[in-house]
Amino acid sequence: MNPKERKFWSGNVAVAEGALAAGIDFYAGYPITPSSEIMEHMARELPRRGGIFLQAEDEIAAIFLLLGASWADAKPITATSGPGFSLMQEGLGIAVMTETPLLVVDVMRAGPGTGQASKAAQGDLLQARWGRHGDQILPVFAPASVQDCFELTVFAVNTAERLRTPVVLLSDELLAHTWETVQVPTDVERVERRRPQDHEPAFGSPDPKIPPPMPRLGEGHALLVTGSTHDPWGFRRTSDPKTHRELVERLWNKIWLNRENLFRYEAVDVEGAEVGVVAYGSVARSALAAKKLLGGKVQVAVVVLKTLWPLAEEPIAALAERAKAILVPELSLGQLLWDVERIAAGRCPVVGFSKIGGGLPIYPEELAQKILEVRG
Amino acid sequence: MSAHPLHKLLRAEALPTAFCPGCGNGLVAGALLRALIKAGLDFQKSVFVTGIGCAAWIPSPHFRADSLHVAHGRAIPTALGIKLRRPELHVMVIGGDGDLAGIGGNHLLHAARRNADLLVIMVNNFVYAMTGGQVGPTTPQNLPTPTTPYGNPEYPMDVAGVVAAAGANYVARWTTAHLAQLEKSLLKALALDGFRFVEVVSQCPARVAGRLSMAPAEALRWFQKHSKPVGQAGPEEIAVGDYVERNRPGLLQTLGKAEHG
Repeated sequence: MNPKERKFWSGNVAVAEGALAAGIDFYAGYPITPSSEIMEHMARELPRRGGIFLQAEDEIAAIFLLLGASWADAKPITATSGPGFSLMQEGLGIAVMTETPLLVVDVMRAGPGTGQASKAAQGDLLQARWGRHGDQILPVFAPASVQDCFELTVFAVNTAERLRTPVVLLSDELLAHTWETVQVPTDVERVERRRPQDHEPAFGSPDPKIPPPMPRLGEGHALLVTGSTHDPWGFRRTSDPKTHRELVERLWNKIWLNRENLFRYEAVDVEGAEVGVVAYGSVARSALAAKKLLGGKVQVAVVVLKTLWPLAEEPIAALAERAKAILVPELSLGQLLWDVERIAAGRCPVVGFSKIGGGLPIYPEELAQKILEVRG
Repeated sequence: MSAHPLHKLLRAEALPTAFCPGCGNGLVAGALLRALIKAGLDFQKSVFVTGIGCAAWIPSPHFRADSLHVAHGRAIPTALGIKLRRPELHVMVIGGDGDLAGIGGNHLLHAARRNADLLVIMVNNFVYAMTGGQVGPTTPQNLPTPTTPYGNPEYPMDVAGVVAAAGANYVARWTTAHLAQLEKSLLKALALDGFRFVEVVSQCPARVAGRLSMAPAEALRWFQKHSKPVGQAGPEEIAVGDYVERNRPGLLQTLGKAEHG
């Protein structure tokens, strides 16, 4: 990207600006702390850019407004936090099944339940991946800086269009309310969903890597869109085991076989690492700061994950080969930890570092202390 | 042999229908399709949105038009998302009482309040028929159902009355024994902007009438006998006719998204 303009934005504003830059023209949502600044920004910006903004009666309505709007050619987005994200799972499942591009931003706060409304947490990772019932997969991205908030939102919108899928962007309260300088590029890429040629079916594809084209409403396709098991033409076939297996496998493979194109991460100083740290979101910033604090005292590698699902295993496996130990700091009781343990597969010890409650960040000092401990 | 006049609007490959013999859904579908033809609506520019339940299957897959069949109760927000982005499309919702007034009740209320530019047809068969006839928001008090085996202890909702009070531009109720009136109501609704709601009381031969040892035709006669005009119906009767007709600007206009000219 070619930097043109410097802006001073919060994470939430950068998400909203990234969405606008990517061509988002529809927002429906329900106010919830700590995501509301995204909604308020869209309420100001969309109407004067010819877009549509609607405050929904609840988050369930919001996600289905997005679903309808997407079938009506919109590029839609909503932003929410834990309790609202829970309500949106129903619509996300239907969006997976109907292959509807849309973006849900979850600015994570402390749960469960209504938890701590204004306090940061990272407890929604597994919900973002597995919150829907049934076998399903959707891409999950997580920014680690305000610059990322802009760039990953663009990437998330484009991924939704390219793969004809719902996408989740996981931010957190600390990042949402952090203000940083952002280099705003002039040449933001905009991907447009593919339209059918001749007589292509809307829900089938001979190559599982290639999503089916998305027809437009009102063009005489007599389109059948359904959240139930359907054949390539959209006819419900809810009693046919073969149709179900083929559909659900294709929906999975559409994401899985394209995963290499989804991976975004930074691997810092993996060669010669004594201790590796794997982190995402605001915690990744603490990890980089802890590495700096320790200077040359310990050879610290940091892997900052920006794609959380599917997960890039290569940088974590590389750490496991080289480091004496891997540390996984999280603002949760340990969710990413399970991935790292699985990928390290006993090649080195994997130690979790959890901090929950009060919205306190993981401070670089305490993380540096922990790094010294695990080095032994 | 000449084709049925509604044939071109139906998918032959979706027939025979999955509806039970004697179901009211065919009557509702017929009245709607005749109204659409009389209104001169371009079927290719019509989108039917439905949730879950027997009535949700009326357009999906039977109508040869665009249809979206989404989650239980969520047809209205899906339809509104379409209408806001493509105001030139005729967006209609068809659903049952459980779908629209039960699980989707909040969306119904707020779509009426916003005067969202949608036509919503609610087929009221008094129960959750697809799942076995369990009690719903419109089930008459004392009626036994599989989940109220000792009789329904709750009061039913007057859905048309609620939607009228919430701010819809047009609300009417008819029954499957009033097909000519229903068709006229639908024609009137199609000519208006804003939120339009037509409730159709319908017989369920499998889950309600059958359990009361009532043939579908007997159910229709019962509807006819027990229907009274709005304002004159007693508590055990069905109020039929217009609840409200007004011409407040619809949501598209208040949002400044209405098509001009």
